[in-house]
Amino acid sequence: MSYLEYNVKSVPSGLRKVLYLNWPLVVLLLSVGCIGFLMLYSVAGGSLTPWAEPQMKRFALGLAVMLAVALVPIWFWRNMAALAYALSVGLLIAVEFFGSVGMGAQRWIDLGFVRLQPSELVKVTMVMLLAAYYDWLPAKRTSRPFWVLLPLVFILLPTALVLQQPDLGTSILFIVAGGAMMFLAGVHWAYFAAVIAAGIGLVTAVFKSRGTDWQLLKDYQFRRIDTFLDPSTDPLGAGYHITQSKIALGSGGWSGRGFMQGTQSRLNFLPEKHTDFIFTTLAEEFGFVGGMSLLALYGLIVVFCISTALAARDRFSSLVSLGVAVTFFLFFAVNMSMVMGLAPVVGVPLPMVSYGGSAMLVLMAAFGLVQSAHIHRPRDRSR
Amino acid sequence: MKRNPKELEATHRTLSRRALLLGGAQAAFIGALAVRMRHLQVDQSDQFRLLAEENRINVRLIPPKRGEVYDRFGQILAQNSPSYRIIIVREDAGDVEQVVERISQLVALDPQEVERAMAEMRRSPPFLPVTLADQVTWEDISRVAVNAPALPGITPEVGSTRTYPRGGDFAHVIGYVGPVSDYDLSRIEDPEPVLHIPRFQIGKVGVEAKQERLLRGRAGAKRIEVNAAGRVMRELDRQDGEQGADLQLTIDANLQGYVQARLGQESAAAVVMDCETGDLRAIVSSPSFDPNLFVRGISVANYRGLTENPHRPLANKPVQGLYPPGSTFKMMTAMAALEAGLIGPEETVWCPGHLEVSGRRFHCWKRGGHGHVDLQNSLKQSCDVYYYDLAIKVGIDRISAMAQRFGVGVHHDLPMSAVATGLAPNREWKSRVHGQSWQIGDTVNASIGQGYMLASPLQLAVMTARLATGRSVAPRLVRSVDGVEQPGGAGEDMGLNENNLRHMRRAMFAVSNDRRGTAYGSRIIEETNRMAGKTGTSQVRNITAAERAAGVIRNEDLPWERRDHALFVNFAPFDTPKYAVCVVVEHGGGGSSVAAPIARDLTLQALYDGSPPLTAYPAKDRDRIAAQQERLHRERPDIRSDGRNRA
Repeated sequence: MSYLEYNVKSVPSGLRKVLYLNWPLVVLLLSVGCIGFLMLYSVAGGSLTPWAEPQMKRFALGLAVMLAVALVPIWFWRNMAALAYALSVGLLIAVEFFGSVGMGAQRWIDLGFVRLQPSELVKVTMVMLLAAYYDWLPAKRTSRPFWVLLPLVFILLPTALVLQQPDLGTSILFIVAGGAMMFLAGVHWAYFAAVIAAGIGLVTAVFKSRGTDWQLLKDYQFRRIDTFLDPSTDPLGAGYHITQSKIALGSGGWSGRGFMQGTQSRLNFLPEKHTDFIFTTLAEEFGFVGGMSLLALYGLIVVFCISTALAARDRFSSLVSLGVAVTFFLFFAVNMSMVMGLAPVVGVPLPMVSYGGSAMLVLMAAFGLVQSAHIHRPRDRSR
Repeated sequence: MKRNPKELEATHRTLSRRALLLGGAQAAFIGALAVRMRHLQVDQSDQFRLLAEENRINVRLIPPKRGEVYDRFGQILAQNSPSYRIIIVREDAGDVEQVVERISQLVALDPQEVERAMAEMRRSPPFLPVTLADQVTWEDISRVAVNAPALPGITPEVGSTRTYPRGGDFAHVIGYVGPVSDYDLSRIEDPEPVLHIPRFQIGKVGVEAKQERLLRGRAGAKRIEVNAAGRVMRELDRQDGEQGADLQLTIDANLQGYVQARLGQESAAAVVMDCETGDLRAIVSSPSFDPNLFVRGISVANYRGLTENPHRPLANKPVQGLYPPGSTFKMMTAMAALEAGLIGPEETVWCPGHLEVSGRRFHCWKRGGHGHVDLQNSLKQSCDVYYYDLAIKVGIDRISAMAQRFGVGVHHDLPMSAVATGLAPNREWKSRVHGQSWQIGDTVNASIGQGYMLASPLQLAVMTARLATGRSVAPRLVRSVDGVEQPGGAGEDMGLNENNLRHMRRAMFAVSNDRRGTAYGSRIIEETNRMAGKTGTSQVRNITAAERAAGVIRNEDLPWERRDHALFVNFAPFDTPKYAVCVVVEHGGGGSSVAAPIARDLTLQALYDGSPPLTAYPAKDRDRIAAQQERLHRERPDIRSDGRNRA
């Protein structure tokens, strides 16, 4: 069975494709987007500017991008995967080396309407490349050392580049998403067990070495790790943000303080209230009910992506959908853990809600891939 | 690329399995997030809500308006006057330097103060107001207000400072206020939060300090919402406080001013007390100082000038100063003996100029002695031996008890600083404090108000008032609080034999009005205003036998601080006593020559409520008195001189 066969037989074509979109997913994304507009309106003190209106425009653009990506057959994207990856990593290298000269510390490319961060782009192209790679790789080679090493290079190359910036959040996202792709593709359990064991061993060794003669890190590095892991040791620095964030969450209570009534965000006690910490505003103003609703919407989006993956008949479609699901999941899981004080503060935005163009556009493009996989799934004509 | 369908099937199964596994892990993580959120938002909600409120709400105190102080006729003695400040807000000013430059052309600014303000502005957030100039005049403020459009960020602000329009007259009575010090805070139990307001002023001494609670009132509070940077967003609510109570004193400001002027630069104290009610009409310590200096923060030089002045301007002599009462105490010795029934007023004692008591010789002030003296003659001429004899008969314990009944050596509760208790010693006291038994010589010394005996001018005035009325008159300083009359000090009948009192008063009348009386030179000749008094000259040094043999050194030949204290107590008018007066001039010399003339002037001033007619004085004094009145009017034109009665 080849793509050609089922393409001719049962894949929708032309504008009819629109009817085959995963409409529930579109509705879910729209709902999340609207929550985003509402919160940005609220943190601006009841004003469309400076955040809500640009966000709406970008969201509209994002929907267009999703639709465009969705209407292109999924096998085109499979064929483009390697090129896309190469291009995006090339851009990453470019901003890393030339950007630091030409644009100072800013690691983005200004497209006029949006500032595109190559590292955001890589989140999707890496998923595409790994999906294409495992689509191409015969199953029996999946767990052979060489064929395991190759995807590791695909993952670690951009990881190393973003670590340089340093953008810890994105690099964690790369590693976990890449690892998840390899796990899904069927790489043998033993590899993961070995890596996890080695990681645990290394971390213990580093911490055990503290205060001994063979100490692996300098004292100040240890202290930095301490405040990173437990911000409360630095209550006016790193701990301030997380403390205020927890106060905002907690003061929301069961049903919240009401729309635009959140004192923590309105009075600027919250850091980054329109970007990374926007969830705290939601939880403060709409309480546990509001927070759980958003979490449920996110969960449903992940479920729809996974169901698309399970329904797909080819490996690329499945893997890409799952990869997008994992990447999306990682976004909100890390962000929420962070604002709830469960994880250290690393700069990861709340997907589709936080103010910011490039992350949203890239995510919408990624959902376009999922939609494309959904549309271009072989179907019975009679149906 | 062709794929084996079976292989494809197998890999798809693996993928599905692992996808579901991963999905399960994700679901578990989402569950964990939900549990965490429940923990924060439901279980700990109250605690975090409280923290959020603490974050956003600041409580600002509204300082209460301090109560004002008036004299008995409504003259203001301590008031809150507007004081003007110039405030600058950096964010409104824009170019701060330029604005300051412009304002310095309108108002004379202290360059040091400007420097300090600039530094403060750089340090603090841009929206916080900074004081550019304090205590500026109304003219300066108007000039700033007129030029307001050219001075962005500049606001004139009206504050309030305490002023004492009567200056030194009431420095010791009312005292002064000053900013709360760390020492004040450590002294006050459970200090109110309002005391922590920077530059908040509390009473430091005098009525200001003693009636602090009444005068201060209660602070209000407003709850304001602030943002993370501390900027005030809005006022949530406010709770008004209570302004301080206004006090009306019993003092007559006009009389007080006169007394102050009359004492001049003498180191002296004077008390004028209403015999009927106990109201203190004047209570003066001299020399005085300007309490307004302390409110603004006194300079080191000024303060040193006050502390190093040998006449001790800061001491509150009428209540704090303790002096051997000298011969003014003789009434107590006599009253003790009369009440004990040991002598009659007509019984005489032989005064040869001295008395031998257990081998020691006690001298009368008159070397040749007074011969046979009865009560009236002894008091009139201030014979010492008569009282030695009485004291030995009656014993110290009864004298001490009598003195305390008359208010000597007991504490009088007045809202003034450092009110001293004085001392009317007895046997028990000496063995307790000195661990020695009482000697007969101690009794002899005490009988004429020397030795251990110590009294304040206030106590002597109280004693005189009680002698004049026979009632236990108590001094009163605060007449009303917020218009509510305070209990008076008329007192109850002391239960003394009226005959004894009458003899005592008649003897005192003789002191002032008998040709041979020690205060005859300072008499009042008007029939209706005649006074009864007693002179006192108390030694502050021991006269040795050698000196006595060679002739006692005259006061004028001694250094100031070793001269005798001059005392005089009196009441007037004799028939219907209205005022009791006590004057003590430290190291003034003789009671009859120094203290009595002052006391007479004060008495007349009080009786006439202004300058008395010269006809009140003996003819030969009138020229001198007229000159003196003229001089005082020149020095203190503010003191009313027309003698009309306001009673």
